[in-house]
Amino acid sequence: MGFFLEVLIGGLLAGMLYALVALGFVLIFKASGVLNFAQGAMVFFAALTFVGLTERLPAWLGLSPEWAGLFWVALLLTAAVMVLLAWVVERFMLRKLVNQPAITLFMATIGLSYLIEGVAQGMWGAVVRGLDLGIADEPVMWLLERYNLMISKFDLIAATVAGVLVAVLALFFQYTKVGRALRAVADDHQAALSIGIPLQRIWVIVWAVAGFVAIVAGLVWGSRNGVQFALTYTALKALPVLILGGLTSVPGAIVGGLIIGASEKLAEVYLGPFVGGGIDSWFPYVLALVFLLIRPEGLFGEKHIDRV
Amino acid sequence: MKLKKAWLAAVAASTVWGAASMGAAQAAEQYLGLPSYRVGAYAAGGTGVFGGWIDYMKLINERDGGVNGVKLVWQECETEYNNARGVECYERLKKQGDQQNVLFAPVSTGITFGVFERVPQDKIPLLSIGIGRSDTADGRVFPWVFPMIATYWSQASAIVGYLGKREGGMDKLKGKKIAVLYLDFAPGKEPFPVLDRLAQKWGFTTEKIAVAMPGNEQQAQWLQIRQMRPDYVILLTYGVSNPTALKTAARTGFPADRIVGWWWSGAEEDAMPAGDAAKGFVAGAFNPAGTDFPVIQDIQKHVYAKGQGDMQDPKRVGSTYYNRGVGHGIIYVEALRLAQEKFGKGKPVTGEQMRWALENLKLDEKRLEAIGAKGLMPELALSCLDHEGSGRVRFQQWDGAKWVSVSDWIEPDRELVRSLVEESAAAYAKEKGITPRDCSKEQ
Repeated sequence: MGFFLEVLIGGLLAGMLYALVALGFVLIFKASGVLNFAQGAMVFFAALTFVGLTERLPAWLGLSPEWAGLFWVALLLTAAVMVLLAWVVERFMLRKLVNQPAITLFMATIGLSYLIEGVAQGMWGAVVRGLDLGIADEPVMWLLERYNLMISKFDLIAATVAGVLVAVLALFFQYTKVGRALRAVADDHQAALSIGIPLQRIWVIVWAVAGFVAIVAGLVWGSRNGVQFALTYTALKALPVLILGGLTSVPGAIVGGLIIGASEKLAEVYLGPFVGGGIDSWFPYVLALVFLLIRPEGLFGEKHIDRV
Repeated sequence: MKLKKAWLAAVAASTVWGAASMGAAQAAEQYLGLPSYRVGAYAAGGTGVFGGWIDYMKLINERDGGVNGVKLVWQECETEYNNARGVECYERLKKQGDQQNVLFAPVSTGITFGVFERVPQDKIPLLSIGIGRSDTADGRVFPWVFPMIATYWSQASAIVGYLGKREGGMDKLKGKKIAVLYLDFAPGKEPFPVLDRLAQKWGFTTEKIAVAMPGNEQQAQWLQIRQMRPDYVILLTYGVSNPTALKTAARTGFPADRIVGWWWSGAEEDAMPAGDAAKGFVAGAFNPAGTDFPVIQDIQKHVYAKGQGDMQDPKRVGSTYYNRGVGHGIIYVEALRLAQEKFGKGKPVTGEQMRWALENLKLDEKRLEAIGAKGLMPELALSCLDHEGSGRVRFQQWDGAKWVSVSDWIEPDRELVRSLVEESAAAYAKEKGITPRDCSKEQ
């Protein structure tokens, strides 16, 4: 039973980290109706920019690499870079594609992902970097001593951060003027424009917020596995979460993440040995596919009814 | 008048251009096509290996004026470690002007698989140092493929040999439990036949656990390992799956010094991102890291001091991947030298001549010392029968900041590995209708 619980809790916590990446997708889909293929690249770009800045700022500004404020300065500057990226994306990509079919926007984000990946490696190099956030990645001792459960402190803290972020974003969408405008834009670009919603500004805001989410996801995943190109693959973990939770629901990303995280781990441990193992890469997609058959809009997605 | 002037200028320009091109054609140059990968998921490895290789060629040009006066020139093609792009690069790099590519080394098992049936037709030797497939070591069946230094099979055997040494003798492995955590791709599974036979021979058991690509989440696998309580874990992972494995191992309480990786988990880029979790981790190497080798110091003196180095970050000179690239360069240049000695000094060689040279290449301690690479790679002696030439591996331990050598060159179980190589190569020859060469007739 202890082992089962360990796998289950570990899976739930990993699921929260998937949800963190999925959130970025949800934000942009809610505001522009486009599945942002470049979200994984944004996670990579954000983490690499942060680490690159922490490496170079001391030399640029004549500071000590040990200076306590370095983390916060690098974080602020990374956030500024993500806002700049949002502005560039809106100015040179989205503005030209207003009211175009969703597939056109989707294709544009595919191109954008290659561009971001190339720019990131061009700016900061291809070297793999470590990232220490100062959070120990070790088991919580009292759980280990009392229940023989190995639950990582780091995962617990990361999951809490993801939870807080979701709560803030859910409130933002539900109760703020900008949030309501974002939802209106997602429904119909032209209609939103006709009633005076500043589409361009809304898009910059939402891409910037998705950029901030990418920073958090990038720091968490980068700290776990190193800051390297493979951070772009975290998007692969988020896709089944989106299918399950619904593309338009912020809480859906969390619930979807929890279900995917727990089920892939349980499947790997209990079904994996019968089929040669290594199934946690495709099992979530099968699960999401089954879900699609039953509830195409996902758990919390909006039901789409077209009148004929 | 204006027209006449323009006409004269055009004639003069074309004459100068023609003379220049003739001069270029007459200058002895040896062309090499390099299928590098400098962007994408495996760019850290690609920039290191190909950077080291290019720097060594620059050293030969700068310090020695080329190989017997023949300048080394090269053209890169970006594969992104992608099989389809690799095959495309192979085709694009085949020729440059009137010169044929004389060696193709993609440093990728997938791309090697993609082109290894094309190379005999094009007469371009395929160099696959430290990558699959292992049975290509049988030169009778695979005359154009050179899996030099050590194949995955030799490496797997050397890992078991190293564990035996650690335990105080191979017989002490009896009853031990070894978990094999492998990335679910062709190279990750290639060592299995050797591990299975060695398990049978020495009485240990293996439990194989797959990690799906790219391997950036391994909690389920390490919880299984925790429950299994093995004596050792053999790590056959690559890229992001390396630091992920080490971090997750630490999280589940498995000691890093009980994890022994292959050489694709033995670079700085594999251990450093895992922080303290990597301290004590041991990995195989066919080229140790370090800047103490005279050849590396020569590169710094003749290439980097003049600002001509290939590495964006010069601090990476002497890293594991970089030194591996220098090793590639040494093999290429030494084979070129040998081919020139046989077929004519001071002239570029062909792919067929290069193939002959690779097959007859011998790098003993004396020669390695003369090159300044003693200890950077094991001694090599290739033949028609054996395209591997060594099979020896040494082991390094991560001390938290750098790799430290913890063993001498370890021999594989040659008899066992060779029997597998011949068995598999014979099966391939039968399937493809290939008549193996008679090595007694080869010169």
